[in-house]
Amino acid sequence: MSSRLVPVSVVLGAAVLALTGCVANHPSGGSSSALKVEIADDSCAVSSHTAKAGTVSFALSNTGSDVNEFEIYADDKLRIVGEKENVTPGQSVSYVAQLEPGTYYTACKFQMVGAPVGLAKFTVTGKATEASASDKAREKQAVTNYVSYIKSQVGELLPATQTFADAYKSGDDDKARSLFASTRVFYERIEPTAEQFGDLDPKIDYREVDAAADGIDWTGFHRIEKDLWPPAADALNSDGTSATQNWAPSTPEQRAQFADDLVANVQKLHDLVTDPSFTVTLADISNGAIGLLDEVATSKISGEEDWWSGTDLSDFAANVQGAEVAYGNVRDIAESKGSAGKKLVGRIDKQFSALDALLGTYGSIDSGFVNYREVDDAARKELSDQVNALAEPLSQLTHTVLGVKE
Amino acid sequence: MSDAATRDDLVSLLKDWTAAAARLTQGEQIGADGAVDGPPLAPPEDTGEALGLPASGLTLTFGFGPALFETSDGTDRFGIASRRPDALQPLPRFAGDALEPAYTGGDLCVQACADDPQVAVHAIRNLSRIAFGRADLRWSQLGFGRTSSTSTSQVTARNLFGFKDGTANLKAEDASLVDEHVWVQRADGPDWLVDGSYLVARKIRMIIEVWDRQALQEQERVIGRSKGEGAPLSGGTEFTALDFTKKDANGAPLIDPRAHVRLAHPDRNHGVRLLRRGYNFVDGNDELGRLNAGLFFLSFQRSPEDFVAVQRSLASDAMAEYIKHVGSAVFAIPPGARRGSFVGAGLFA
Repeated sequence: MSSRLVPVSVVLGAAVLALTGCVANHPSGGSSSALKVEIADDSCAVSSHTAKAGTVSFALSNTGSDVNEFEIYADDKLRIVGEKENVTPGQSVSYVAQLEPGTYYTACKFQMVGAPVGLAKFTVTGKATEASASDKAREKQAVTNYVSYIKSQVGELLPATQTFADAYKSGDDDKARSLFASTRVFYERIEPTAEQFGDLDPKIDYREVDAAADGIDWTGFHRIEKDLWPPAADALNSDGTSATQNWAPSTPEQRAQFADDLVANVQKLHDLVTDPSFTVTLADISNGAIGLLDEVATSKISGEEDWWSGTDLSDFAANVQGAEVAYGNVRDIAESKGSAGKKLVGRIDKQFSALDALLGTYGSIDSGFVNYREVDDAARKELSDQVNALAEPLSQLTHTVLGVKE
Repeated sequence: MSDAATRDDLVSLLKDWTAAAARLTQGEQIGADGAVDGPPLAPPEDTGEALGLPASGLTLTFGFGPALFETSDGTDRFGIASRRPDALQPLPRFAGDALEPAYTGGDLCVQACADDPQVAVHAIRNLSRIAFGRADLRWSQLGFGRTSSTSTSQVTARNLFGFKDGTANLKAEDASLVDEHVWVQRADGPDWLVDGSYLVARKIRMIIEVWDRQALQEQERVIGRSKGEGAPLSGGTEFTALDFTKKDANGAPLIDPRAHVRLAHPDRNHGVRLLRRGYNFVDGNDELGRLNAGLFFLSFQRSPEDFVAVQRSLASDAMAEYIKHVGSAVFAIPPGARRGSFVGAGLFA
């Protein structure tokens, strides 16, 4: 979370395709027949889990009760490489994706929000296509896929926040505590995007000391965090002031208010990113990757973010994943920029792996991380060193993607 | 070095550092585009705070710590364990050591000296940045006010005890003495280190508040010299030789048996002489409201054993009451790089 100003990149009024990650909807002659995708509310059955590289056709049919979407994820299960939205009940529609050899995951998304349904491994074999796409096409694809990814993360954030807020509101603190870190993951992965919307990030994710400094009402995740992990009488805030100064445990009425506000603000975020006019620029994507690492280097490393819950490493890992996805979307473009581009991509790949491996020694997003208060200064320095090792080459990404001619 | 760093990383780092050092010591910026002439979408290659400043006499000295050759558990990370100089061993523990891990050890070192601290800091900052991913900053120390004159052209500076420091230091003009005491000779080996040296770094905290309450006579007794002139208490002026036999009317030696100058003197240490190149430091204050001040002692010598001998002699130093050694490191300093080569190239040949 940051109070830094980020250039606003919502392009209003621009014509943006809702249809994504695909090529012209008539596969070339050599392609085999389409794979069938049977979409139901709680399942997503693809007729084959392998395909040959190139244009891959899918025949989607929605036998469920409400609108659905079909998604193809990269092997990180986060980055979206293709999707078909708005498949209505009873509808049959074809969808064609251009897939290089590799491991992917297919899934559907009931009502186009929430967690992926029927996530299944999908392997593409064969040779990589030789004729590389034009710069323009590649750039367009990167933007399309990143917008899809943002929508998918906010789509998961919304119901998760609802469940979390309900637990908090009803006084089920054990449940709310268990959901705090996992709910925030969806937000932390796309934080730079949320920060573009002026006052939304402060309402959703401000820390107490920042709200006090900015003179705004303190709401959002961290307000709730302090109720869920109430400070001892002599505890201090991250800025050294008394934890109980201008703070008292929320009353049930206040809890209801904070919970409803949080859900409403996340709903606003969802409305904004699912608006057809929402898009990002290529620079937003690569700067987003850099920005997420900067977040880690400034507020996560120091343990100021989740002061009461100690769940900083979960935010840390989500920031890193978000950066990795953003980078993944422009990686091919960077790699196509001559030997310097190739070298840069090699350095970034290597350091992402090293950081992922180091984070892995503390836990995982799925199984949880050790409390950051138990991570001593020497271990924090090791994490910081690795963040620096990655951030230094990553800071060259925007220039390489946008400023270097092939 | 970073945990994952390889021999190639080490060599490439030394090459990159050498190239950067060649530019920095000429007062030039890092990289072809420097701080402000690069592409607008990329971070500048040079950090910029030395723009418009001259080279300011900047010198950069690089060194290799014992752990670079072999870690304490015997791991040879870079395939150079067999090239390790026998003399390059971690320093033994000395009486009164209060070493803190945060200021101790290190695989590599860089000493940047300049007439303007901004220029020295600029060098360290940019060299650190170049190293990210290959090496990480373990500790650093900013110093000021050279405490030991290293040339006869320099006036003897004072340390934070207020005394002249370095009157009897080796001077650059004494070429044969420098050869004898500072530069590693062919007979010493190993070959790659010939014409190089060894650097011992000691971060010495001074309890200056207590020192400042000592009577002038006591301060002079501890040091063994007068505070104003810097003359030996045995008489004469600053550069008069010390006479340890001279006694006062009561038969007590004029230079106290525990005086710092007596214990550190070559006559007491089999003729050992160190080239000191230290600096004063003040790192803000401690939690008790005392200035966190002291001497960043740096000495170059033909073998670390020379330093060890002197430091052992100082076990009964009257000054020990007012100081605390909190940091320590030792490094082999390779000879300067030839044009087209890089610092430490001989180690990998």
